[in-house]
Amino acid sequence: MATGGGDVIGDVVTWLTDPSHWTDTRFDTGIITQLLAHVRFCAMALLIALAIALPLGLFIGHTDRGRWLVAAANALRALPTVGVLVLLTVIISPQFQGRTDTGFLIPTVIVLVLLAVPPILANTFAGVQNVDPGVRDAASGMGMTGSQVLFRVELPISLPLIFSGVRSAALQLIATATVASYLPLGGLGRFIYDGLAQQDYPQMIGGGVLVAALALLTDLVLATVQRYVVSRGITGRYANERTAVPDSRLAVLPEAEVARG
Amino acid sequence: MIRFDSVTKRYPDGTVAVDDLELVAASGQITVLVGPSGCGKTTSLRMVNRMIEPTSGTIWLDDEDTASMATHELRRRIGYVIQHAGLFPHKTIVDNVATVPFLLGTDKKRARSTAMELLERVGLPAHFAKRYPAQLSGGQQQRVGVARALAADPPVMLMDEPFSAVDPVVREQLQDEFLRLQQDLGKTIVFVTHDIDEAVKLGDQVAVLRVGGHLAQVATPAELLSRPVDAFVAGFVGRDRGYRALGFATAGTLSTRSEPTVATGAPLPTGSDDDWLLAVDGARAPQGWLDMRASAPAGATVTDGLLHRGGTLVTQGGSLRAALDACLSSPSGRGVVVDEGGALVGTITAAEVLELIEAREPEPRT
Repeated sequence: MATGGGDVIGDVVTWLTDPSHWTDTRFDTGIITQLLAHVRFCAMALLIALAIALPLGLFIGHTDRGRWLVAAANALRALPTVGVLVLLTVIISPQFQGRTDTGFLIPTVIVLVLLAVPPILANTFAGVQNVDPGVRDAASGMGMTGSQVLFRVELPISLPLIFSGVRSAALQLIATATVASYLPLGGLGRFIYDGLAQQDYPQMIGGGVLVAALALLTDLVLATVQRYVVSRGITGRYANERTAVPDSRLAVLPEAEVARG
Repeated sequence: MIRFDSVTKRYPDGTVAVDDLELVAASGQITVLVGPSGCGKTTSLRMVNRMIEPTSGTIWLDDEDTASMATHELRRRIGYVIQHAGLFPHKTIVDNVATVPFLLGTDKKRARSTAMELLERVGLPAHFAKRYPAQLSGGQQQRVGVARALAADPPVMLMDEPFSAVDPVVREQLQDEFLRLQQDLGKTIVFVTHDIDEAVKLGDQVAVLRVGGHLAQVATPAELLSRPVDAFVAGFVGRDRGYRALGFATAGTLSTRSEPTVATGAPLPTGSDDDWLLAVDGARAPQGWLDMRASAPAGATVTDGLLHRGGTLVTQGGSLRAALDACLSSPSGRGVVVDEGGALVGTITAAEVLELIEAREPEPRT
């Protein structure tokens, strides 16, 4: 059992580190190509979802009109992804004949957009709604117009919640985009489906590891962007040495030094 | 000047928040709106900058009808301070203060340097400028709130319970500094509070409102305390109003008697013919009373620990209330009178203050 487990991990590592698996050959598409394909539909879906959910969430949060849309979007999460994908493919792909993959790309991206919109929409809405009413009152009381209140006050204050929505959407996209390989579209799901079909478990697990690694890397990139975009006044990472708000990380240090001394 | 001309606010459900309000807030003065909750004081205030639109009636800003202006332009001409300051958490203190100048398109550098001057003016050190609101205490945030309202130098300020969310000690400090600031700036201020003591302390004119949005009385603080117009106002103005009204009656120059003193740090005197001896410091500022009946070891000196510090001081030219309080709070029964610099002038007794109170001009008949 122990040796068996060791063998599987060893085999996965061997599969992942084999240079011939990374580049395309005459018979197989390599990891790099599939990775780029995977990133391509995830990025497309995320951008489209942002273009829909961000303005909508800001509008609903700012005007407090159309709250039902947020609930309705959340209900979309209950749709079975593969079912919708197959249905859309059956409807859409016959419209696109020939050597293009558009007939498969559109249903895939739609399915992914449906997944990514709810978390972004719900968090953007919640972020704007949660802005301290006193802050909003002061902003308009000092003579900001409606859009100035939204873009100069509500949006910057909502950014942490918006980012958490985008990050959770991105993770879900990357994980779910494996279903694109259900259609002849490629992506990292290819290795998982092929590995399963060929009972090539190192390939299957290797594909899963790659998906997880991509998800982690993406989250790291988004976290870094968040760090530079969100105001320090909100995150509490103040540049000043002396702060009125105690920082738990700093509070631990003196004790550690006492222990060392 | 702000003039409410038969202003009424009626909500769709029939509730009347403000009922036919007629009120003038004179230029350069503080007009306090005070009353129990539900009396429409905040609604009245918020109708001035049209955060709430009146149902009927007109509010005049000098000779302009506020309803004729674009709301955001009207609001940029009016300073606005609210209860919890409502600072923008994502902006530094200096940028918070410069909000309205930025909106008006003032050059950023100039707006920030004006903001820095204002921070100093409200008593915040310059190194606070780069901090964020969450790094400041409630009292400090409220100072920033006042600086922010002043940034575009508006002639008119609206203040909605600005000091009620801070602790009593800080509140008193903020009130005192606010009065000092107003002495320099002379803004036309409408100030809302539920605290009658604050109203009486800050207002040049106090408007008492009763539930349902009716104006019960408009008067100077002294008049309000001495001549409440009806039972509601009398009840709202509260107990001790006779005593509090003395706060508005100046005592004139008090004729004091000289008081034997001992300097702090000097050897403890023995064999005094009085039970209490006043201790003063090098600048003759009173420090406290020494209880001569207590037995002290020979050769002891006058130290802080021996002093009885219960007595308040009255400054020469202060109010009758301060004079009476100095007498009542003094363990020796003699109220300590000091000059502007805080040095001892002499003492006075409660009986003498009472004579002054009784000698006041009688109430004019109406």
